[in-house]
Amino acid sequence: MENVSFKLNGKAVSLTTNSQRMLLWVLRTDLGLTGTKYGCGAGLCGACTVLVDNEAVRSCRLPVKGVEGKQVLTIEGLAQNGKLHPIQQSFIKHDALQCGFCTPGMILAAYSLLLKNPHPTEQEIIQHMDHNLCRCGSYARIIQAIGAAAEEMKGAK
Amino acid sequence: MKEDGYESLDFVGCALHTKKEGPRLAGTQMVGTAHPTPDYHLNRREFLKSLGGGIIIFFCIGDPTALQAQRRGRGYPEDFNAYLRIGSDGRVTCFTGKVELGQGVVTSLAQMLADELDVALESVDMVMGDTSVCPWDSGTFGSMSTRFFGPALRSAAAEARAVLIELAAEHLQVPSDRLTTKDGVVFDKNQREKQVAYGNLAKGKIIERHMKEKSALKTISEFNVMGKPILRRDALEKVTGSAKYAGDIRLPDMLYAKILRPPAHGAKLTSLDTSAVEKIEGIRLVRDGDLIAVLAKNPDEAEDALEQIKAGFDVPKAEVDDENIFEHLVNNAPKRNVVDSGGDIKSGEKLADIIVEQTYLNSYVAHAPIETHTATASIEGDKATVWASTQTPFRLKDDVAQVLGFAAENVRIITPFVGGGFGGKSQNSQAIEAAKLAKLTGKPVQVAFSRAEEFFYDTFRPAAVVKIKSGLTKSGKIIFWDYGVYFAGSRGSQHFYDIPHHVTVTFGDSGRGEGSPHPFATGPWRAPANNTNTFARESQIDIMASKAEMDPVEFRLKNLKDHRMLRTLKAAAEKFGWTPSKLPPPSAGWGKGCACGIDSGTYVAHIAEVEVDKNTGHVQVKRVVCAQDMGIVVNPEGAKLQIEGCITMGLGYALSEEVHFKGGRVLDLNFSTYELPRFSWVPKIETVLVKADEISPQGGGEPAIICMGAVIANAIYDAAGVRLFQLPATAERIKEALAKPRLSPAVIGDW
Repeated sequence: MENVSFKLNGKAVSLTTNSQRMLLWVLRTDLGLTGTKYGCGAGLCGACTVLVDNEAVRSCRLPVKGVEGKQVLTIEGLAQNGKLHPIQQSFIKHDALQCGFCTPGMILAAYSLLLKNPHPTEQEIIQHMDHNLCRCGSYARIIQAIGAAAEEMKGAK
Repeated sequence: MKEDGYESLDFVGCALHTKKEGPRLAGTQMVGTAHPTPDYHLNRREFLKSLGGGIIIFFCIGDPTALQAQRRGRGYPEDFNAYLRIGSDGRVTCFTGKVELGQGVVTSLAQMLADELDVALESVDMVMGDTSVCPWDSGTFGSMSTRFFGPALRSAAAEARAVLIELAAEHLQVPSDRLTTKDGVVFDKNQREKQVAYGNLAKGKIIERHMKEKSALKTISEFNVMGKPILRRDALEKVTGSAKYAGDIRLPDMLYAKILRPPAHGAKLTSLDTSAVEKIEGIRLVRDGDLIAVLAKNPDEAEDALEQIKAGFDVPKAEVDDENIFEHLVNNAPKRNVVDSGGDIKSGEKLADIIVEQTYLNSYVAHAPIETHTATASIEGDKATVWASTQTPFRLKDDVAQVLGFAAENVRIITPFVGGGFGGKSQNSQAIEAAKLAKLTGKPVQVAFSRAEEFFYDTFRPAAVVKIKSGLTKSGKIIFWDYGVYFAGSRGSQHFYDIPHHVTVTFGDSGRGEGSPHPFATGPWRAPANNTNTFARESQIDIMASKAEMDPVEFRLKNLKDHRMLRTLKAAAEKFGWTPSKLPPPSAGWGKGCACGIDSGTYVAHIAEVEVDKNTGHVQVKRVVCAQDMGIVVNPEGAKLQIEGCITMGLGYALSEEVHFKGGRVLDLNFSTYELPRFSWVPKIETVLVKADEISPQGGGEPAIICMGAVIANAIYDAAGVRLFQLPATAERIKEALAKPRLSPAVIGDW
């Protein structure tokens, strides 16, 4: 058992646990944030995507000790003061989801892209998102939603 | 009307006991704001009271007599299977056993209800898939919610509107024929200020009506909400991570279970050593017959502990694998069942100038929803509550009751958001396991399949074989059609072309059943049977067009009489900008193809453009046009979303998806070997909703997937000059076909 401290959605958290446990399970059980989903446990589907220091990572493959002292952002932390992030709004507006299970991972993967590349081309969006799986087949809408969110954010600045 | 409401109710076999002020249980599928909180231990009278007064309309989907027969002895009321309530706050709530799996019925059903009742969509709440507050329903599958539930819901809403007008006539002292409704208000047509809101009409009483006959429904020109593109109503919860799925339920003292699994179907446990697990602090070991589970406060700890169990299994010798399965199926086929026939095949054969005889193979495919099968179960005394990712909550309720030895009315299944089903979540073994373990441990228990378990216990779409012998005349007229399908099932097996001599037979259906030759469970997969049947039929049609030296679209149009198919195919060709060409194709690596089919009352025609890399065998689908005649379109936005989803999902079974196995051992454990479609595979998708307002709304969640195998195979032929007789059309199969372009596949068994 070790102590692990990091910032989660802007707030300091500290817990004592086996630090080899994967971040996904610590988030979902110890910290009660269930928006991050299990899909494959092998980093193949992206349902568990979270941001660590602004990089999209697969929380099912990242031991919690790997986030010691770092900033972790989950889907629950994306809306600020009750206001949805433009990417979230854009997913709603474009009907870019069906069952919604992959959606948190999709949105966070998109967010990490726009942080690095605020004006991605369609090809860049596809390339960045290619390892996030959606079984319902909403890819086309998600690409549109991300492109539109990028436009929206450009206008906001 | 009886204003004393529930006094008139005759609930057969209703033996719920009384308990007031029960806890509000989270997680039920509810969209809207006014969430009723009835407790499931209330009896019916109290249940109605708990709804807080209002106007309640009970209605029944389909024939009530059949429904009664189906439910006899189940302890449920037998004369209705859905109801809606208009509360004193003016909110309208629909209670239905149907569930939202991502297909969008939570939006489209609300639209239907709002329109017939003349209320704003925002004032409608849907409560779905909770067995304690929703009436019995067979399950959500088969594109039936809109087709069969929709009309009943609309009738009930129309009936409710009539009741409201009656009440308003009394309230306003105005003859009812002078009254009309809009936006939740009844008013005098001649004197608009004479009005009363729906919510004020029940006056705290319960007014109850049972639908006897169908009410007159609005016609298209009267629609205000139906036919309009409406965004999903559950999106906010889903984009913020607050949407609760079965695995997101947290209960005090809950344990997460991991269960020992055999390495192959049919394997028998021969040795077991759990000593290492017994030493781990905080781990609970449970053994109950074949069920061997470890439970912990965290799921990952349970998983680690499970690995400490040493178990030996006797695995039966593998007789079949993904190579020889087709021959095995044909050799073990049950006797033929004639689905349809006309004319005389022998006469047809004599009249044919060209005969084409071909065998088509289709593989097992997995449902692979991103949410694996998950359930959380809690038992208090002799009552159980199970939150489950399921398409069949009421069947599960019966199963849980049976396994636990509980009375059915003491079991409640709650369906939270479900992370995709596609037919696979009609199987609920994880929920049974969770319920059993909750009973054995005395604690709430969650069971969530790992991805490997999800593949192992999936009820795969069955592998299947189709043999077709067909003939045409020199002028390009199809003269006979002799069609036999093994194990896919009959859905979509009947052709819709104008063929004088024809017979369609099936050998075995899609289920596992007694004496099944499949090495594991099989079951319905999005548009069951139709993907296989459409692949075979439309490939055969393409081959015949080629033999007749005709353009494939023109050949189909020439051989069709069905006006819905004609207009649908023409709409697709027009949208695509199809220019007729004579085969043989140029084999330039770029090609186009078409396919059409019928599913769930809906007609679809697809045209696709593909690029084939002849060196690697890689196929990139560039563009897919889909025209769909689905009758009246309730939600055009939702319908398009479903078409796009079908096309995208269909790329998988067309190009990559097949279950690899050796005997009962499923070799695919994760997405590394079982490849789902990705962002980079997605073609440009264009949809046309064919105007078909003379036809009631038909299915929308499945039809557009049925053509994907055929349309891609036909386009590959146009692009590369090779026919694929087996799906998926993997790069390896294409390379193999390119290497031996003239090789025709072996015809299996005797025709």
